[in-house]
Amino acid sequence: MSDTKERKLTIARAMAESVAQYMRKDEKVFVMGEDIGVLGGVYGNTRGLIEEFGEERIRDTPISETAFMGAAVGAAQNGMRPIVELMFVDFFGVCFDQIYNNMAKNIYFSGGNVKVPMVLMTSTGGGYSDGGQHSQCVYGTFAHLPGMKVVAPSNAYDAKGLMNAAIREDSPVVYMYHKGLQGMGWLGTERGATVNTPEEYYEVEIGKASVVREGTDVSIVSLGMGVHHALKAAAELEESGVSAEVVDLRSLVPLDRDTIRASVAKTGRLIVVDEDYHSFGVSGEVIASVVEHDISVLKAAPQRVAFPDVPIPYAKIMEQFCLPNADKIVATYKKMAA
Amino acid sequence: MQPTLEQKMWMYEKMVVSRRYEEAIAAAYMEGKSPVFNMANGPVPGEMHLSNGQEPCAVGVCAHLKDEDTVTATHRPHHQAIAKGVDLKRMTSEIFGKANGLGGGRGGHMHLFDDDVNFACSGIIGQGLGPAVGAALSQTMQKKSGIAVAYIGEGAANQGAFHESLNLAAVWNLPVVFIIEDNSWGISVSKQKSTAVEKNSVRAAGYGMPGEYVAGNDPLEIFKVAGEAIERARAGKGPTLLELQTSRLAGHFIGDAEGYRPEGEKDALEADDPITKFRSHLIEQGDATEQEIENIETAAQAQVDEAIAHARASEDPAPEDALTSVFA
Repeated sequence: MSDTKERKLTIARAMAESVAQYMRKDEKVFVMGEDIGVLGGVYGNTRGLIEEFGEERIRDTPISETAFMGAAVGAAQNGMRPIVELMFVDFFGVCFDQIYNNMAKNIYFSGGNVKVPMVLMTSTGGGYSDGGQHSQCVYGTFAHLPGMKVVAPSNAYDAKGLMNAAIREDSPVVYMYHKGLQGMGWLGTERGATVNTPEEYYEVEIGKASVVREGTDVSIVSLGMGVHHALKAAAELEESGVSAEVVDLRSLVPLDRDTIRASVAKTGRLIVVDEDYHSFGVSGEVIASVVEHDISVLKAAPQRVAFPDVPIPYAKIMEQFCLPNADKIVATYKKMAA
Repeated sequence: MQPTLEQKMWMYEKMVVSRRYEEAIAAAYMEGKSPVFNMANGPVPGEMHLSNGQEPCAVGVCAHLKDEDTVTATHRPHHQAIAKGVDLKRMTSEIFGKANGLGGGRGGHMHLFDDDVNFACSGIIGQGLGPAVGAALSQTMQKKSGIAVAYIGEGAANQGAFHESLNLAAVWNLPVVFIIEDNSWGISVSKQKSTAVEKNSVRAAGYGMPGEYVAGNDPLEIFKVAGEAIERARAGKGPTLLELQTSRLAGHFIGDAEGYRPEGEKDALEADDPITKFRSHLIEQGDATEQEIENIETAAQAQVDEAIAHARASEDPAPEDALTSVFA
């Protein structure tokens, strides 16, 4: 059937398509950030927008994050639906006050009188030796602080659907895309992220995880790039007769605890794969979701494959030593099953 | 304030070392990155921000500095590091991610720290401003004579940290010289599109400090103006803001297609290369003969080659070294 023909997009193109389609139907949506205009975003996710919508709605900003993050909050509260980009999640420190004390709290402070319909896009992740201020994920930092929804797609289908849902959402959404999944050749390309993506409008519900591979022996729960490591590990485990289930969280806030619990109830084993730092983060929260609920389902202590609690080293040999990968997941399973 | 002959020749030498260094780094960077350009590959992975064209800003300022003076540099730090006297071999090893690099391979090209000459840099815009103020404060509180120089790009003048740091340095009358290297581009966004004033130097008035714009990308002019500012700082007369017009001859990073540049801009900048101009000046003024200049250039190339060879021959860190040096 011609109407179900494959239409593979990279995450970068899926994001740009979602934004463009939304902007055509809703004049309140506009984009601002550093190098999102003529350059089309360092990671390609605003490519083509300035040509279609012009400088009024696609606004390159000065390197003034406190000002433009604050301006996004103000514009959102005043009736617009801004999409803001800051190209590296590592760069948020300077403007974090506007994010966690303003953007994330104003709905609550106002008792719901005020809406803050904004999307904050940022890149995460390393693996290409860009050093400790250009390679972090800090998923847990955003997810920890109440008042912002947090999504992190692992493929183009989810990227478009989550972006549509995020723009329509009346609360702030932090949209975290992994550089290694963007389909930008110069960062390497994870082929599994480039998938069939419908042209028509659809949404992926914020707060819904996805079981991307079914299995019965172990649940590997992850997000973003980690999902691809998990799928590779699952394929490897299958060769030794182990059936691994892979859960793609897709959203961190709200966290789909039901899907995590249902999966672990079925498999009895849990490995969380997270490129963010090991302690005080997503991996601990996922494990807590299970063990607070029902420890009787567990056949082994839950494990995590996460980035050690050190700044991200530059040298390739050290960075790769720290990053999660399929081999580490397989080795972790073997220890659990032993 | 005019440089001595010795200072002039030092400036030329450092400019040439810096340019030859960037050329060598660019060549090493491209190894393993063709036919497919993937930043993760080759002996020098990650982003690479070259300083070609900005050498006068480094030498004209650093000619006045001593080891105890602090420099905080940016994500584009090589020219400043070289002019400040950072150990070229250890710096190169760091850029190659080797165990004997400045940070044992933990930092990389945007995170070069050499405590011996009080040099540091950072990968985030405007981040060195506060630490430069702090270095100056420390020297003052300890009754020591060092001063601090904070280098930023013109894009960073639109950061809140710029306002806060200049005000703090002024209100505490600290020996800091704020240097803006105005290469007119913040990645793809021009100064004109990002900055409300034509010259950031006028902003100095808002902090009650002198501010000056130096046009021409000329090491001698920079030497003069920077020298006066540094003399002021050393005399306890407080901070100064200088904005130095310069040119970014390379892209923001290697691999940047620079589609945002107006046609012909790059060619015009290359035709106005500060090293070529300074070279001609030295010969025309009778400061050096063609042969003396060539000797400097040969020695510069040798120094660079030696540093690159040293880095290539050095050992990789052990993978588990990643877990050390988190705490002092």
